[in-house]
Amino acid sequence: MKETNMVRDHDSISEAAQAEMIRKERRANNAWHKFCRNKAAVVGLLIILVMVFLGLFAPWISTHDPNAIDVLHPYLKPMTEGHLFGTDDVGRDLFSRIVYGARMSVLVALGSTLLGGIIGIVLGLFAGYLGGAVDSIIMRIMDGMFAFPFILLSILLVTILGSGVFNVILAIGIGNVPRFARVVRGQVIIAKNEEYCNAEKVLGASKIRLMFSHILPNTLSEVIIYATLNIGSAIISEASLSFLGLGILIPTASWGNILKAGKNCLLKAPWIATFSGLFIFITVIGFNLVGDGIRDVMDPKMKR
Amino acid sequence: MSEPILKVDNLKTYFFLASGTAKAVDGVSFTLDKGETLGIVGESGSGKSVTAKSIIRLLEAVGRIVDGSILFEGKDVLKMDNKELMDYRGRDASMIFQDPMTSLDPVFKIGYQMVENMRAHQDISREEAKKTCIQALRAVGIPQPEVRFDSYAFELSGGMCQRVIIAMALCSGAKLIIADEPTTALDVTVQAQVLKLLKQLQEQNDMALLLITHNLGVVWEMCDKVMVMYAGKNVEYTTTGRLYEKPLHPYTWGLLDSMPSLSLDSKEELKTIKGTPPDLRLTGTCCNFYNRCPYVKPICRQCVPEQVEVEPGHFVSCHFQTKEKRLTRGEVNPYEE
Amino acid sequence: MVKTILKRLLQVVPTLLIVITITFVVTRMIPGDPVTAMVGEDFDASKMEELREQMGLNDSLLVQYGRYVNGILHGDFGQSYYFHQSALSMIASRLPNTLLLSVLSLIIAIAVGMIFGIISAQRQSTMWDYVLTVLSLFGISAPVFWVAIMLVLLFSVNLGWLPTYGMASIQADGMVEFLRHLCLPCLCLSIIPMGTFMRITRSSMIEALGSNSVRALRTRGISERAVVWKHALKNALPPILTVIGMQFAGCFAGAVLTENIFSWPGMGTMIQSAIDSRDYSLIQATVLVIALAFVVINLVTDIVYMIINPKVAAGAEKGGM
Repeated sequence: MKETNMVRDHDSISEAAQAEMIRKERRANNAWHKFCRNKAAVVGLLIILVMVFLGLFAPWISTHDPNAIDVLHPYLKPMTEGHLFGTDDVGRDLFSRIVYGARMSVLVALGSTLLGGIIGIVLGLFAGYLGGAVDSIIMRIMDGMFAFPFILLSILLVTILGSGVFNVILAIGIGNVPRFARVVRGQVIIAKNEEYCNAEKVLGASKIRLMFSHILPNTLSEVIIYATLNIGSAIISEASLSFLGLGILIPTASWGNILKAGKNCLLKAPWIATFSGLFIFITVIGFNLVGDGIRDVMDPKMKR
Repeated sequence: MSEPILKVDNLKTYFFLASGTAKAVDGVSFTLDKGETLGIVGESGSGKSVTAKSIIRLLEAVGRIVDGSILFEGKDVLKMDNKELMDYRGRDASMIFQDPMTSLDPVFKIGYQMVENMRAHQDISREEAKKTCIQALRAVGIPQPEVRFDSYAFELSGGMCQRVIIAMALCSGAKLIIADEPTTALDVTVQAQVLKLLKQLQEQNDMALLLITHNLGVVWEMCDKVMVMYAGKNVEYTTTGRLYEKPLHPYTWGLLDSMPSLSLDSKEELKTIKGTPPDLRLTGTCCNFYNRCPYVKPICRQCVPEQVEVEPGHFVSCHFQTKEKRLTRGEVNPYEE
Repeated sequence: MVKTILKRLLQVVPTLLIVITITFVVTRMIPGDPVTAMVGEDFDASKMEELREQMGLNDSLLVQYGRYVNGILHGDFGQSYYFHQSALSMIASRLPNTLLLSVLSLIIAIAVGMIFGIISAQRQSTMWDYVLTVLSLFGISAPVFWVAIMLVLLFSVNLGWLPTYGMASIQADGMVEFLRHLCLPCLCLSIIPMGTFMRITRSSMIEALGSNSVRALRTRGISERAVVWKHALKNALPPILTVIGMQFAGCFAGAVLTENIFSWPGMGTMIQSAIDSRDYSLIQATVLVIALAFVVINLVTDIVYMIINPKVAAGAEKGGM
């Protein structure tokens, strides 16, 4: 408002210069443009897009059947006989396995973050909004879960649930709950005390309505930042579980179990471990970059 | 006449932002003598604080002094090397900020900070420094200075913190105190005490005081000279007496009118200056006040008014306040729509 | 201060109970019958029933829970079905090795990470800052087990500088050999927390350097070195301290994942062999012991935090915290 008023008064300055300035300013404040100006974040976004693309179109991108065993040609070096990344201990094409692994990693990471996020948001919302005994009970349980080093909690859960994609998602997802709950609860307590919420209360909005239509949106920016960063660590968690032999089991390809196989033949075929790990590494970098980028856009305090 | 403590000449400090260059301070000049108090008044964003920060050469990363000179006792502050600058900041010139609570390091005891400050610029032992500091704390009216010496800033009230900071200036033997809205964050009763203390110590130690405020009442109480700033420019600069007696710039008139009067019979409504100050990225082509000035004429939109010494020691920047022509307050403006 | 610490100590009790309860619930949810797992499928059914009765598996859950808690209070964390040993004694023999590794790595990570973080904050937006920021990003993004493999490949296999395997004892092999064996695992485990400490130190320092009190210090002409390394650093410490507990947990978890690669005889190799042999009770006991240890570690960091930060202690005493 102030801006336009002032500009209208300045008739002695060329209209074009003013328009240009306003355009620049608006652009400078637009979230998407802010994000795009952060080159690192754009690189991160590209990495994620490439990985998602690999995962989605795995059947078309892979050069071989990822599970086809060729006992005559194990441990082929990269770039030999049409195998881009070489072959593994039983002659399966490594490139194809990694492409299918991308599918698994992205699926598990997104799935577990979504699961943990939804449960965590609901718990955090109730704990933060209702307070009192509900808050104490929920948060004490979260504290208890928090005491387990993350990977150990997942190990414990997969031990009960057993291996398999769904169980891994469940295990990592449950492990994610306490963190989300904490983040959301903190935000809810802040939002709850804002003036407009009191105003809504006076106007007679129901508790549930208030919670989901007014408080929840206020916590979202924080949740989105956290979720993006969390996807990165969920990828590592899945790989860790599979690496320990608990997560996704061979023959289904996942970056973690390819790495485990690579570890066992490290001297004979070091490229297996190198490539699979490199993909995990790069993907996690991608999510971290994007998470940082979103944080920079949403939280002006954290300027770089 | 001896050299003035501080002589600022045509100071220009610009902020280089992504969306353009903001002329935060655009050609400000003044002098300050020993034992003298200069008040800088203006609304927020008029460049008062930036002027102060420029004087001690401590600007944010995007800000730069692009032109002008700042002479402290004849020495160019802008050309000082690091060591000289450190001693100038810590020993010769002392700055007091608006928020006293955050001007002290919260995780160190105040005594520690005071001693550290002294020892950074003077060659004295810890014990001696402590003695001086406790004396200074007593001088600024802090009860039980020996106990307070070992307090943290958060254990003191705002007024107390401001006193501690003033005590620091005393310890270092500052010749110039720059106080940037020193009382704005304090309670009204404490404000008066702190100001009185400042005035008293200034007189005792013959220090120069640069007082930045938006409160004309404070200026009247404290200052010998006053400079009115608007949108980075110095619009009127004269002695306090003259400013109240015969203000010349339309902006000053507006400022004086908007001061609440405490007399019993005045029931009239407070006057305000309509409109908002210009965007500092767009100034510099005309009179900055033209969009809010009741006396505006076409020339105001066409060129920047020069600063003119209309009478000895009275500087004004307005197209209609020169040696030849004069605008009188309340005159009808024939051009107003 | 004492009162605050006591209050914090009391808060630990419910957390401990919940940790124990979670592991108990998990134990009961394990697929299959523990007795079958213990003695095998083709065991005499009546004998099995006898065993079950003996182990108290036929009692109500509440009784079992009471017995479980009681056992833990008396240091009974169950038996390893596979190794036929008390889980606690197995853990006790392995724990020191893992602790050595994780504590040492944590110290390295804190020292290096903080120094780099400070340098990075001090030279914000310079080449130094960019290089260090990228390095810290690599640090937090790298999967620890992959780093371990790559380090082994580089330093042991290709360069042959460092031993690939195991741990050396100070008495038998001498100090040099002992340290040489420590090099790779420590380097590997310190990389991730190092990145985190670098990032946290950087952002916290940037905030501290931009604060009013630091600005005021600068106007008082305090030397840049004192401003950065004394005043700003002490102000920036609290957030760094709060992550130490979690990072220690990270180091520990990292050790669990990588010890196997370095053949380090610690908790990690034990868990791996427990996983490989499906020794559920040993896995649970280990996880429980580690979780309990972390409750204590978090408690200690909180108390240190209170001692270092006078304002928190004062605020908490007034009931503000």
